[in-house]
Parts: sequence; C-alpha cells; structure tokens
Amino acid sequence: MINDKNSQKIVDIIQNWARKQSIWVLAYGTGCGAIEIPPTMTSRYDAERLGVRGAATPRQADVLLITGYLTTKTLKRVIRVYEQMQDPKYVIGFGSCTINGGMYYDSYNTIKVLDKYLPVDVYINGCMPRPESVLSGFGKLQELIADGKANGAQKYKDNLDWYRANQKRIIPNWVMPDYNW
Amino acid sequence: MDSIWYKILGAVVSFIVAFIVGMTYMGLSRKITARVQNRKGPPFYQNFIDAMKLYSKSTAIHHGLMQHFGPAFIMVSSIMTLMIVPVLNDGKWFPNLNFDGDLIFLLYIMVFGPLGMALGAGQTGNPNSAIGVTRGLSQMVGFEIPWVMALVALMMQFKTTSIIDLMEVQAQSGTWLMFSSPFAFIAAVLAMLGMFRYSPFDIVGAPTELASGPVSENGGKYLFTLMSSGAVFAFAKLTLYVDLFMGGADNLIVLLLKTFAIYLIPMLYGVVSPRYRTEQAIRYFWGWPTFFGLLAILHAVFF
Repeated sequence: MINDKNSQKIVDIIQNWARKQSIWVLAYGTGCGAIEIPPTMTSRYDAERLGVRGAATPRQADVLLITGYLTTKTLKRVIRVYEQMQDPKYVIGFGSCTINGGMYYDSYNTIKVLDKYLPVDVYINGCMPRPESVLSGFGKLQELIADGKANGAQKYKDNLDWYRANQKRIIPNWVMPDYNW
Repeated sequence: MDSIWYKILGAVVSFIVAFIVGMTYMGLSRKITARVQNRKGPPFYQNFIDAMKLYSKSTAIHHGLMQHFGPAFIMVSSIMTLMIVPVLNDGKWFPNLNFDGDLIFLLYIMVFGPLGMALGAGQTGNPNSAIGVTRGLSQMVGFEIPWVMALVALMMQFKTTSIIDLMEVQAQSGTWLMFSSPFAFIAAVLAMLGMFRYSPFDIVGAPTELASGPVSENGGKYLFTLMSSGAVFAFAKLTLYVDLFMGGADNLIVLLLKTFAIYLIPMLYGVVSPRYRTEQAIRYFWGWPTFFGLLAILHAVFF
C-alpha cells in the first residue's frame, strides 16, 4: 500500500502543490538585477501573496535567484551556495546576462551561459526585467513544479561530471568540499 | 475519567489544538502585518503550506549529534509547557498534568528549550548561530527578571504556587487578576514582548542581519520541528497568560478570543517598531518592566 504507485502519485500531487504555494527565495545579489527584488517583495507588487518569501540561508531556501551577471569570482560562491541547498531546489536565471552574457557578452571575467555551470529551471528575460516579469517567472516556475517538470537538481546530479568539468575550467584553484548527497 | 488513557488522549488532543491554533495565529500575524504595510499578504493558512513543504524537503545536513537534538529539545520543552498549563477551567476536555508548585516548574521548563537549542546551534559552527545564541541568552536574562518578579508577586499575594489555585481565586472573587494585581500584569505583559521575539525584540532571529540566527543551519524537517514547536509554545504561553490574569476560559471560543486579544499586543507593537540592539533591549527590560515588577512585589507584600 505504502509503495503502491498510485498512492505515491497522490503524495506527489500534494507535495508538489505545497512546494508550488510556498517558494522561499535566496536572492543571491550577484549583479545589478538585485535592485528589482525589493520592489517585487514590498507593497506595490507583494510577492508574498503568492507564497514567495525571502529565505535567510541556503539551508532553508528552495529557489536560488541568480540576479544578473556572474563574475568568475562569484561563480565559486554560487556553486557552494547551490550545493548547500536541500532538495528539491530550483534555479532562476534573472536577466539577459544569465542567458547569453547580455551586455557583458565580450567581457573577460564574467560567465556567459549560466546553464553550463548550474541547472537553470526558469529564465527571466530582460535588462532589467521589471517586477511584473519577475512575478511571471515565479508563475512559470509554479507551473513547472505543479507538473513535476522542475527537475534541474536531478539533472545536476545525473550530469555532475559535465557540470564539474565546466566549473573547473572557469575556477582554476578548486578547493571545495566534495558533496556526494 | 481518571484512567491513564483518558489523560494520554487529552495530551494528544491538546497538542493538536495547540498546533492548529498556534499556526493559524502565526499566519494571521503575517496577514495583519501585510495589511499594515498596505499589502495583500499571504492567506492565513500559508503557514500550514510552508510546514507541509518543509516536511517534504530532504534533510542531508550533519554537524554532529547535538545538532540533531537541538530541535528535539525545543519541541520537548514546548510540549511540557503545554502539559502543565491548564487549557480550560475545571479541567474540562483537556485534562493536563497539574500539581502543586507547577508555577515554579514552569519557570524552569520555559528556559530549557532555548538552552537545548543553544547547544544544538553551537555545534553547527555557523558564526551567525553563535551570535544569535549569545543574543538570545542575553535577552532572556533581560525579560526573565520582570517575568519572575510578576509571578513571585502573584505567589506571595495568594500564598500558592499552583496555577489551578490562582484560577480558583479569580473564580471565587469574580475579578480577574489583571485588575486585582495590575502591576504584576503590566510587568508580565512587558516581559511577554521579549518572550515572543517580535519586532523590536527580534534580535535573535534578526533576518538580513544574522541570517535567522540559531536556526540558520536547520532546513527542511528541522525547520518544520522548530516552526511547530514555536506554534505550540505560543499557544501555551498565551493560555498561561489567560489562565493567570484573565480568569481562564470556560470553552474554546472564549479561549480563542482571549488569547488572540493578548497575542495582538506583541504583534501590533512589533509591526510599528524597528529592531533594538541587544543592549537597548536589555536596558528596556531592566527599566520600566522591572520597576513594575518591584511595584507588584510591594503591592503583594503590603496589601
């Protein structure tokens, strides 16, 4: 009964509903995009009514928000933060810089395509994305979670060697603990 | 009626009621805070959804044995407090474990949980946790003094150390202790502001400053445990205040009304106040609240 496939399906539906309604965000202020987070959270756009709430530490967070460009220096910290988060976890790439480098497309010290280093579930386009588009990005993530399609963390685990190789190409002195989940 | 099974059933039922009521109050406080800030705010049942999500998260954090025991300690302390506090008058519905001297026991057991949590937080090795623990213990030194003074004043005035006896006194005289010993009530309410750790006294959790303080290494199921123990503890404390100062409650509806009225005091005070620094908080508690506590003791001795 407990390991029955249908009962597991019901449990999954309930859990996905709860995960969708309660998204705790770790807004990692890497770039200029962080300036759009306060308006999203405060009175005018009020993300809390959708259950989106700030989390203080990676241990408590569900969503890692990469707000804007990532320099090669911060990439190391972002990876460390992402690997400290607990499953299920999601990544939202915020702004054009995370998609193709944006206005930093020819910069020597920013990474261009975030998806090569961390598994991104939802991209929010724009430079800057307005709070409306941030909210629509959260709505998209909620849809994906409800359908059980937001499985970036699983992708990361499955293709860890590929991600690690990409990360180590950017970070020359790799002194990080090995996580084996 | 007096069989052990009846008592166990009462304990389970009162725990469930405390959990639901405490979580709903926390959700309502989020809603009211949002309305004060001119936001729509989350639905009042948002905390239940959060709890469900936290419970369904995986927890793969290991820092040592005490880290796993910390949330358990705080949960045990909350449940023991709840077991001591009589929920309704005359022991109707929820027979809890009252005995002579339970007021003194309560003073000890309410400090036990935070101390256990402090041990657990210390082992995580997170600097934010360590700072949060030191702040929490300093704040506890602050608000425990007026709180103990208020309770000692009550004990001296009525020559009893039992909560049930104090409720009896109110039932016989027909006036609430809130009016017959007002200074003790004022001191206890001012101490409660620190006990609830809402906004000027949220120096322990201190979001954005300490990254949620002692709980910063606890995610998933541990955070669920801490959240539900907070809800149970809030309900137990509010019921204790209603029992001691507002004559208890005859049924659940009256209890909910009275506890929510008490709960509004720290919450609304918190919504409009910015955070104190640690030394400001302690200076606050050792100022007027302690003065009222002294007045309460003088009142108890001389009247």
